[in-house]
Amino acid sequence: MSEQTASSVRYEEATKRYPGASSPAVDELTLEVPAGEICVLVGPSGCGKTTAMRMVNRTVEISAGDVLVGDRSVRDREPAQLRREIGYVIQQIGLFPHRTISENIGAVPQLLGWKKERIRRRSGELLELIGLDPELGDRYPSQLSGGQQQRVGVARALAADPLVMLMDEPFGAIDPINRERLQNEFLRLQAEIRKTVLFVTHDIDEAIKMGDRIAVMREGGRVEQYATPAELLMAPANEFVEDFVGADRALKRLALMRVADIDLWEAPLAFVGQATGEVRAKLDSPAVEVPFPLLVDGERRPLGWLSERDLAADVVPGRPDSPLGPVLELDDVMRDALADLLQHETQYAPVIDRGGRIAGVLSVEIISEFLGSPEAKSDEHPAVERPHG
Amino acid sequence: MGNPFVLAAGEVGGDFFKERDVGDLCQAQTQHVFCFDWARENIDRFEAPTVQHLEIVIPALVIGFVVAFALALLAHRTRWLQPPLLAATGILYTIPSIAFFFLLLPLTGLGRDTAIIVLSAYTLQIIYRNTILGLNNVPAAVKDAARGMGLTPRQILWKVELPLAIPEIIAGLRVAVVSTIAIATLAVLISAGGLGTEMYGSNLTFPTSIIIAGAIVMLMALAFDAILLLVQRLTTPWRRAARA
Amino acid sequence: MIGHLPLASFTGAIEFIFSPQESNVTGGKKVGGFDKSMELLIKHLEVTVLALAIALVIALPLGLYLGHRGKGEQLAVGLGNAGRAIPELAVIALVAVLIGVGLPNVAPVLAILGIPPILNNAYVGVSQVDRAAVDAARGIGMSETAIIRKVELPIAIPTVMGGIRSAAIAILATATIAPLAGVESLGDFILNRNVYGENGLLAGAILVALLALAIEGSLALLQRRLTSDGLKVKTA
Ligand SMILES: Nc1ncnc2c1ncn2[C@@H]1O[C@H](COP(=O)(O)OP(=O)(O)OP(=O)(O)O)[C@@H](O)[C@H]1O
Ligand SMILES: [Mg+2]
Repeated sequence: MSEQTASSVRYEEATKRYPGASSPAVDELTLEVPAGEICVLVGPSGCGKTTAMRMVNRTVEISAGDVLVGDRSVRDREPAQLRREIGYVIQQIGLFPHRTISENIGAVPQLLGWKKERIRRRSGELLELIGLDPELGDRYPSQLSGGQQQRVGVARALAADPLVMLMDEPFGAIDPINRERLQNEFLRLQAEIRKTVLFVTHDIDEAIKMGDRIAVMREGGRVEQYATPAELLMAPANEFVEDFVGADRALKRLALMRVADIDLWEAPLAFVGQATGEVRAKLDSPAVEVPFPLLVDGERRPLGWLSERDLAADVVPGRPDSPLGPVLELDDVMRDALADLLQHETQYAPVIDRGGRIAGVLSVEIISEFLGSPEAKSDEHPAVERPHG
Repeated sequence: MGNPFVLAAGEVGGDFFKERDVGDLCQAQTQHVFCFDWARENIDRFEAPTVQHLEIVIPALVIGFVVAFALALLAHRTRWLQPPLLAATGILYTIPSIAFFFLLLPLTGLGRDTAIIVLSAYTLQIIYRNTILGLNNVPAAVKDAARGMGLTPRQILWKVELPLAIPEIIAGLRVAVVSTIAIATLAVLISAGGLGTEMYGSNLTFPTSIIIAGAIVMLMALAFDAILLLVQRLTTPWRRAARA
Repeated sequence: MIGHLPLASFTGAIEFIFSPQESNVTGGKKVGGFDKSMELLIKHLEVTVLALAIALVIALPLGLYLGHRGKGEQLAVGLGNAGRAIPELAVIALVAVLIGVGLPNVAPVLAILGIPPILNNAYVGVSQVDRAAVDAARGIGMSETAIIRKVELPIAIPTVMGGIRSAAIAILATATIAPLAGVESLGDFILNRNVYGENGLLAGAILVALLALAIEGSLALLQRRLTSDGLKVKTA
C-alpha cells in the first residue's frame, strides 16, 4: 500500500454556474478539510451540497476558483485518473447490476490494471471489513438487501484505497434502524482507515453523529458555519444555523453530554441492618431530593429501593421490596440515559462510578429542568443548577 | 366456390395464376385440407426454397442489425439525432413491405437484392428503437457511479450501458427476426424466391403445399427465436439470478 | 415479365393515379385514373377498418381483462409472438382455397393478424400500471370495470395504442394481397399486371405506402389526444 492514505481537500473560492441558471449553484466556496477527517456538508435541499462535493472528482466541472486534493489542483488532473483515486458513494448506490458483488468491489482495481489474484484478495478483504459473508461475493446486487448493497457501495469506493471519499447521502435511502447500524459501522471503519471524507446529508442528526467538522450551508453553497458538532450546538453562528440545528438543539446536546456532566441528586442511603428510624429521619428532612431510600451494601453499591413496607420493620431488611431498575454509569451518554429512564418508566435511576459505588441519582426532572433552562441553549458549560426541594 | 386447386383465378387474373394439376395422388383433394401422400412424395421440393428464404432473411437481418446498431450508438452520443432517426426509421417500418418491394423496382429491379434491402429497412426501426430504449433505461445512478469511479465514456458504453441494454436489444432482434422471416414469403412477388414460391404462383400451389411452406416458415421463426433467447440467457446471467 | 423499370416510371405512375392512362398491356384501352384510384383506396380502407374492428372487439377487452387480472400472460404474450410468425401470404392463399373468396371470408382472417399485437399490448400495458394506483382506486370504492376504464386504460393508452397501430398497419399491408382472395383493394393495381401494367404496379405501391403512412400518422395523433398530459411529461 502507498504510504499516504488520505489527502486534505481545499476549496478556494470554488464556483459552479450551471448553464442557464441565474445564480451560481455554489458561489466562491472556501473550505478546508484536513486529511483523515470526516467533513459533513449539511443544509437545506438545493443549497449546493452535491454540487460542491462533485467538484472534487470533477463529475461537476468547476466554473471558477479551484479545488485542491492534497496540494494539487483537480483542474490539472485527467478526470478519469483523478476519480480512480477518489472513492464515490451515492444514495442510489449505483452498483453494476450485471456484475457480481466481488466484481463490483473490484471495479476500480480492475481499471487500475491490478492482477486478478490481487483483486480477488482485495475483494475478500473488503467483504470482511464491511462485515459481509465472503460467500455473498458471487451473488448479484439484486440478491442483496438495500443495507447490504450500500455496504458493498462503500466497499467498492474503498477498494483502491482512495485518498478521499465522497459520500452523497449514502444512507439516505435506508430505513432508520439499518441506517444507524451503517453509520456506526462506518465510524468504526473510519477509526481504522482514517480517510478524508466529504459526507453530504440534509439530516442534522446524522451530521452531528458522523462529522468531525460540519459545514452548514445555505443557498449558493454559502457556508454559514464551519465547526465541530459541539461548537455548532453550543454556539450557532447566526439565526440560520440556529434554526437549522433546530428547536430541539438542547435535546441534541444531550447526545454530546455524559451523565457525569450534570449535577446529580443525592438519595437517602440505607444500609442493611440499620435502624429504620434513622432512615425515616433522613426522609423527613426538608432538604431531601429523592423521596425513596436507596439500599446499599457495605461498599456503597446499590442493591434496591426501600418501600414503605420495608420501613415498617425495625431494621432495614437485606432484601428490598422494589427492584433496582436501571443503573446508569457516569460515562453514559446523556441521551441514552434519558432513553433508559423513559423506557423503564421510572423517575429515578442510581448512577454508579467505575467501582460500582453510588455516585448520585439521575431523574427525569433533572433532565427536563436542564432542557428548559437558558443555559441549555447558550451556556458553554453543560451543567445545571441543582433544583430546590 | 370454384376449383380449390386454383387460387382465385378469374377474379384477379394475371400471369400469376394458372390451373394446376396435382396429379393422381390426391384425387379427393376437394375434400382434403392436407394430402399426406403428396407431402411424402414431394417434401424435397421445399429444400431449395428454404435455402433461398434463409439467403434473403440472414443478410437482411445482419445488415439491418449493423446499420440500426450503428445509428443507435450515434444517436446515443448525439442526443438530438434521436427523434429524427426514430421518425425516419419509423417511416421505413410503416410502409408495407409489399409496396416497398415495388417502389424499389425502378431502382434495384427484381430479385433478391431488392428483397434484402426492403427487409433490412423494415428491421431498422425495431432494432434501433429497442437499442436506444435499452441504453436510455440504464439507471442514471449506475452511470453516475461508473463515471465517479473513473470509467471513461467509452468504457461506460461498452462495459456498463451495452451489457445492461442486452435484454432490450435482443427483444428487438427477436421481433425483427420473426417478422422478417414471415414477411420474406412476399419476396416471391418480386421473383426473389423463398418459401413464398410454394404458397403462391408456382405450378403446384394448393392447400397442402401452402400449409407445408407456412409450417416451415413458422418453424424457422421459432428456431431463430429460440436461438436468440438462448443467447440472451447466456449473456445476461444476472437477470436469472434476480428472479431466482 | 417486368425487368428493370426506368426511373421515369414514377412519373407515369403518378399520372396513372390522376388520369386514366393507356396501358402497355391492354392495347390502347385506358385504365386507372383518379376515380378508380379513389374507389380502390376506399375499398382498401373498408377491408382494413372492418378487419381492425373485428380484431379490436375480440382482442381489446380480452387483453385489458387479462392484464387487469394479471393472468394469462402466456396466452397474451405468447400469442403476440406467434402472431408475428404467421406468413400472411399463406393465410390469404389458404382462405381463398379452403374457405372461399370475398369480404365476409377475408375480413375475419385479416382480423386474425391484428389480434396478437392488440392482445399483447393491452395485456402488457395494463399489467404494468403501477399497482399502487390500482389499489388506491379500489380503496376509494371503484368497481373492477371502473378501474379498468378509468385508471388502467388511460394510463396504458400509449402501449395499447401502440398495439392498435401495429395491428392496423399489419392489416392494411395484408389487405394489399386481398385481391388474391377475391377482395378488391389497392392491391389490384399491383397484382393485376395484365390489366394495369407497370404504371398501375407502381401507382398501387405508392398509394398503399401513402395510405399506410396516413393511417399511422392519424393513429399517432389520436394517441396523443387520448394520452393524458400527466403522462406526456415523462416522455417529452
Ligand atoms: N445538472 C444541473 N443543471 C442545472 N442546475 C443544477 C444541476 N444540478 C443541480 N442544479 C441546481 O443547483 C442547485 C444546487 O443543487 P445540488 O444538487 O447541489 O443541491 P443539494 O444541496 O445537493 O440538494 P439536495 O439536498 O436536494 O440533494 C439547485 O438549485 C439545483 O437546481
Ligand atoms: Mg444532493
